[in-house]
Amino acid sequence: MNGYSFLSVVRQALNGHKGWPVVWRSPEPKKNYDVVIVGAGGHGLATAYYLAKNHFIKNIAVLEKGWLGGGNTGRNTQITRSNYFWPQSAAFFDHSLKLYEHLGQELNFNVMLSQRGMLTLAHSLHELEGMRRWANAIKINDIDAEVLTPIEVKKLVPLIDLNCRFPIRGGFIQHRGGISRHDAVAWGYARAASAYGVDIIQQCEVTAFNISSGRVTGVHTTRGTIGADKISIAVAGHTSELARMADFRVPVTSMALQAMVSEPIKPCLNTVVMSPIIHMYASQSDRGELVFGGGADLYNSYAQRGGIPLLQENIAALLELFPAFSRLRLMRQWAGIVDITPDTSPLMGLTPVQNLYISGGWGTGGYKAIPAGGETMAYTIANDQPHPLIEDFGLERFESGALIDEGAASGVAH
Amino acid sequence: MLRLSCPWCGTRDELEFSFGGESHLTRPTLAASDAIWSDYLFNKENPKGIHFERWMHSYGCGRWFNVARDTVTHEIYAVYKMGLPKPDLD
Repeated sequence: MNGYSFLSVVRQALNGHKGWPVVWRSPEPKKNYDVVIVGAGGHGLATAYYLAKNHFIKNIAVLEKGWLGGGNTGRNTQITRSNYFWPQSAAFFDHSLKLYEHLGQELNFNVMLSQRGMLTLAHSLHELEGMRRWANAIKINDIDAEVLTPIEVKKLVPLIDLNCRFPIRGGFIQHRGGISRHDAVAWGYARAASAYGVDIIQQCEVTAFNISSGRVTGVHTTRGTIGADKISIAVAGHTSELARMADFRVPVTSMALQAMVSEPIKPCLNTVVMSPIIHMYASQSDRGELVFGGGADLYNSYAQRGGIPLLQENIAALLELFPAFSRLRLMRQWAGIVDITPDTSPLMGLTPVQNLYISGGWGTGGYKAIPAGGETMAYTIANDQPHPLIEDFGLERFESGALIDEGAASGVAH
Repeated sequence: MLRLSCPWCGTRDELEFSFGGESHLTRPTLAASDAIWSDYLFNKENPKGIHFERWMHSYGCGRWFNVARDTVTHEIYAVYKMGLPKPDLD
């Protein structure tokens, strides 16, 4: 792997940029691997990277039915934060944010992390009380949070209309929250994993698992049969479909979550703004586009489009808070298929099938979890037991009743 | 925009309805094991393809009914009343 540096940029500039090497290899699939990971999104690629780096397993394939980072990794709104309520989530997601803080150096790939602050708005005094409790819980978990008055909100976000239909009573901010570049995270992990010898095989769809006496031994794919000692599933919205192939059931509902971008404008929004009540979040990308979204379409869907009623709601919510944006044109709209669990916490760890692992149920908030998700799943696969940070996120919690209900606690779809 | 045909009120826009998740679930007995209860409460079929699901006409008659809908194309194959068995779609 040729490192990226100031010097290499200068050298390539003098060459007319003709000498840049291919960023990752695209090999033919081998007959056997130590570990096969299904899904070359952020989580799958990060898992492969940490398996190679931390656990010295190099004979790995990451299989992708479409193109690398083309699912939810390339469809999310890039929000990177750890303002969770419950201790288990806080520990996990803050570990992820800490990994993000050094990810650019680690991968030698600029992930463009911008810790511009994650502001959550309260539109009633009761909601503000709830947010004080939430912010206190965050601080008890040793993560930064600060409750703001409406005037402080206005100072931070001058374009916001405090006296909108549901007037803003305050909010709280996680200063370390922000955005990063989602494609760069996928590409950075892919490049680093490929450099360790990981085979990334695109356009290779898994159609069945080979399972003998309760133990997985390989996969059937559109590019032939591939043997594997261990297999891990990281397929977001298709988690139920893959689980069905392995003959177990998961507590997952797949729904379409929309996002959209406006035409690019000059910098005008220097923080990530979220309103749980009118259900909208927005930020401005480095290219100047406003990136925003809201709730998911609340019925089962595998269509990566999203419905018109929700689109209209999302836009109405944005314009209620920022009337100035009504002049902007919408450039693009899309949807990702998110796998939502009953407690809106992820499913990570072992499965009823031996040597088959799962990382799913990320719902609407898997992007921020990529580094920690990859690192802890790598540990889980290498040791055949859950990493301490994800012990409570296993499938067993739905039987034991020990749910980690962030949906109720944080009050937002995340 | 989905257009759903309420068996009592006729065809209306999706906005008038609430989604109620998977249909044809059978509640286990009180003596059932934790595993069976957990499966009933939390696990979902969640198919990529035809889904048998419940909808309620919340801004209309307020009644529940069943829909067989494709989760990829969103095409509606059947609308039928609660209590009726899954229709044969072949």
